[in-house]
Formats: sequence, structure tokens, C-alpha cells
Amino acid sequence: MITIVDYQAGNLTSVKRALDHLGIPNQISADPHVVQGAERIIFPGVGHAGSTMRVLKETGLDSALKTAFSRGTPILGICIGCQIILSYSEEGNTPGLGLLPGVCPRFQVRDAALKFPHMGWNAVTVIQAHPILQHVRAGDEFYFVHSYYPQPTDPATIYATSEYGYPFPAAIGTGSLFAVQFHAEKSGAVGLKLLKNFARWNSGD
Amino acid sequence: MLSKRIIACLDVRDGKLAKSIQFVNTKNIGDPVEQARKYYEQGVDELVFYDITASPDNRAIMLDVVSRVAEQVFIPFSVGGGLRTVDDCKRVFLAGAEKVNINSAAVKNPELISDASNAFGAQAVVLSMDVRKIEPSPQLPSGYEIVINGGRTPMGLDAVLWAKRGEELGAGELVVNSIDADGTKAGYEICLTRMVADAVRIPVVASGGSGKPEHLYEVLTEGHASAALVASMLHYGEYTVHAIKEYLAGCGIKVRI
Repeated sequence: MITIVDYQAGNLTSVKRALDHLGIPNQISADPHVVQGAERIIFPGVGHAGSTMRVLKETGLDSALKTAFSRGTPILGICIGCQIILSYSEEGNTPGLGLLPGVCPRFQVRDAALKFPHMGWNAVTVIQAHPILQHVRAGDEFYFVHSYYPQPTDPATIYATSEYGYPFPAAIGTGSLFAVQFHAEKSGAVGLKLLKNFARWNSGD
Repeated sequence: MLSKRIIACLDVRDGKLAKSIQFVNTKNIGDPVEQARKYYEQGVDELVFYDITASPDNRAIMLDVVSRVAEQVFIPFSVGGGLRTVDDCKRVFLAGAEKVNINSAAVKNPELISDASNAFGAQAVVLSMDVRKIEPSPQLPSGYEIVINGGRTPMGLDAVLWAKRGEELGAGELVVNSIDADGTKAGYEICLTRMVADAVRIPVVASGGSGKPEHLYEVLTEGHASAALVASMLHYGEYTVHAIKEYLAGCGIKVRI
């Protein structure tokens, strides 16, 4: 059973519909006890880092996620869920959950032809093998919508990159935590397969 | 590098697919859910549904279409037509859409853009504008005017200035629809698209006038568009999404294949 964390924002229903389509048992929950004891967690999102962190703190979901992480529960972060796991986000000068050391800077691109947000399909390059990305081939594209990107301190925690003006981390992880900046639930077949891989992933492997 | 997007546009009336020619003579041509799935399987990058009835009675029918699409199609899609309040937008998001397209209602009440942007994020708010070419004047320096009510009512508002205002208010994307080109199959309004795309930092989607893949090539290069909307080219089966993308890739355009 996958528990989708409900923090009153984000694209919960999209993730739920994708899991339902794949026949993967799932539930949406805003209850910190449920999240803390979950078998597997997806932490999805669209939104503002500052308001996301505020809601997580108010609801106690911040400590629930930290506890689940320390227990080795498999966690998949998506979009804002990939940013908020880091120590800090430039968006609203927000301290994050700090599950993975790093920051979340805003894109700094001079080329006026590059539009923001970075919105649309972009190629993702796997730079370090990971069971969740095992199906991703060179040139496979995923759907992105963001103006900030995750930049972990330790390059060894970067599993895939994409490029917009310059290369940036698109998939990061440590231990039982894995997170993608793109929207796997909106990336067609290649995104659905990623969710399927997560549902089967044993982080101890 | 970011791919140029091909977006299939489905006009929906009373739950059925329709296509207009210069905003009149609409005729029903199929089931929007089935059609959406077909384009998804062909590799379309995104879908947009416009509710062209948009009478309160039929709002529920549209939401049902949206939620059935969301169960089967795992790419982003937006919904427009008759969205007047933040609550209208919220219902569309809950039914499974990623983005809302706000058009006439934003012209009448620009705060709707900022309210929706604050509530759902800029990435979820698309400002869609219907534009008609006119003689440039001090009030309308670009020579393009915003029209509403399906093209019937000129608003005395300059299209380029409105686009910039929409960006300031918090729209995350613009759809620029040429009323003059709509349904003609003679090509997009390149000059208009380029003027708007160069005036804003957010992505611009070109709309109206596509009849052959060459038209997409023009608007994605000369027109500086991030994406191109297609409708009748696909609906009548003249082209598949894949065929259009193969053509564009052959011309050196980065597309997702």
C-alpha cells in the first residue's frame, strides 16, 4: 500500500489516478500517524515551497516524514516533494526537511529565449544507475513544470540530470528516499513505469 | 533541451467534440474522451479542452468528461470555457486537470488571474486570448485587439499589452488565438505570435490556423512559440500527431517522439 501525503495542495489526484490505473493499492492521507507508519510514501506536489513547509509544520507531517525516513520507509518525492526534502529553498527563503543536504536555487539563465517556468517535456539523462530509473533510456523525456531545481551538496546523490540553459539535477536520492523534479504521473508511459518501479523497489537491495 | 510541444485542442459542446470555423458553424464530430486517448497514444504532448457551451446546466457534463480523461490520459491537460471564479477553477482541478484556461472572464475581471495564480500556482493558470488584427492606433499600438464572447465583442485592449499584464498578474502561460486565422487552415498568425512571445518571459502557445505541418514549423521557429495548438488537422484524420512530429523532427525541431 502506497500512502500519498495530502498537504492541501499539489497534484494528489493525478498521482492517485496513475496508481489506480496501474492497479497499485494506494490511499491519500493527511494523518501524520498514517504517514509515519506507512509502508511506502509518495510525497507529490505543485506549489510554493514556503506554503508547503508551513502546512507540513502545522499538521505535524514534517516530523512524520522525518520519522518515516529514519525508519527506512521507501519515499518518492515529486516536484515540490523533490525540493522540500533538501535543507533549504530559495523560494520564499524556506528551510526544508533536510532529509538530504542541499539547496534549491532558482534558475539563473541569461538567454531571453528561454521561457519560465521551465514547462514541458525535456530529456532526462541517467548518470548513476538506480532501480527506479532502470527503464529510462537515452533521450526519454519527462514532463517538467518548475522555476527552482534541487541541488544536493553531495554529487553522489544525483541519479539523473536534465538541461535548461545548463544541466541541473532531475532525480536525486539517498537510502530509502528517491525524488524526481519532473511529474512522473504526467509523463506518459515512461512516467507510469517509474511509478511501477517505485511500488516494487526495495531500498535494501 | 526542452521540446516544442504539440497540443491537441478539443472543443467540447454538451459533452461532444465540436470544431468551429471562424467561431461559427460548429458541428459535432465525436467523443472527446475517446479522441483524447487516441491522441495520447499517438504521442501528443498536452491536451486542452474548451467547453464551448459553458452554460451552467452543462457544467457537470464537462466535469464528467474531464474526470474520465484524467483516468486514462497521463499527460498534462487544461480546461477552459466559462470559468469565472476561483471555485469554478477548483472544480476543474479536482476533476483532474493540471491547468485552467481563462479567457473572457479575465478581460472582464483581471483579478481572476492573480486570485487563481495565488490559489493554485502560476503553472496552473493559462491566460487564453482571442485576438483580431486591426489598424494600429495610439490606443492599440500593436495592431492587434483583444476580443471576447467568441470573437464578437472588441474590447479596445491591445493584445501585446494585455499579454504583459497577464504575465504580471501571475499567468504561467499564454495561448494566443488568432480569430482571423481560426479554422482557415492557412497558417498561424506568425507576426502576432512573435510579438507576444518576445514581449513576455512565460511560454506562448500559438493557436488558430494550422492546416499542415509546415504551419507548425513556421510558428515554432519564426513565431517564437513554445507550443502549437492543433485541432482540425487531427480531428478529421488528415494527420496523426506522430506524422506531424516526424515532419518537425526532420526540419530540425526538437520534439518528443
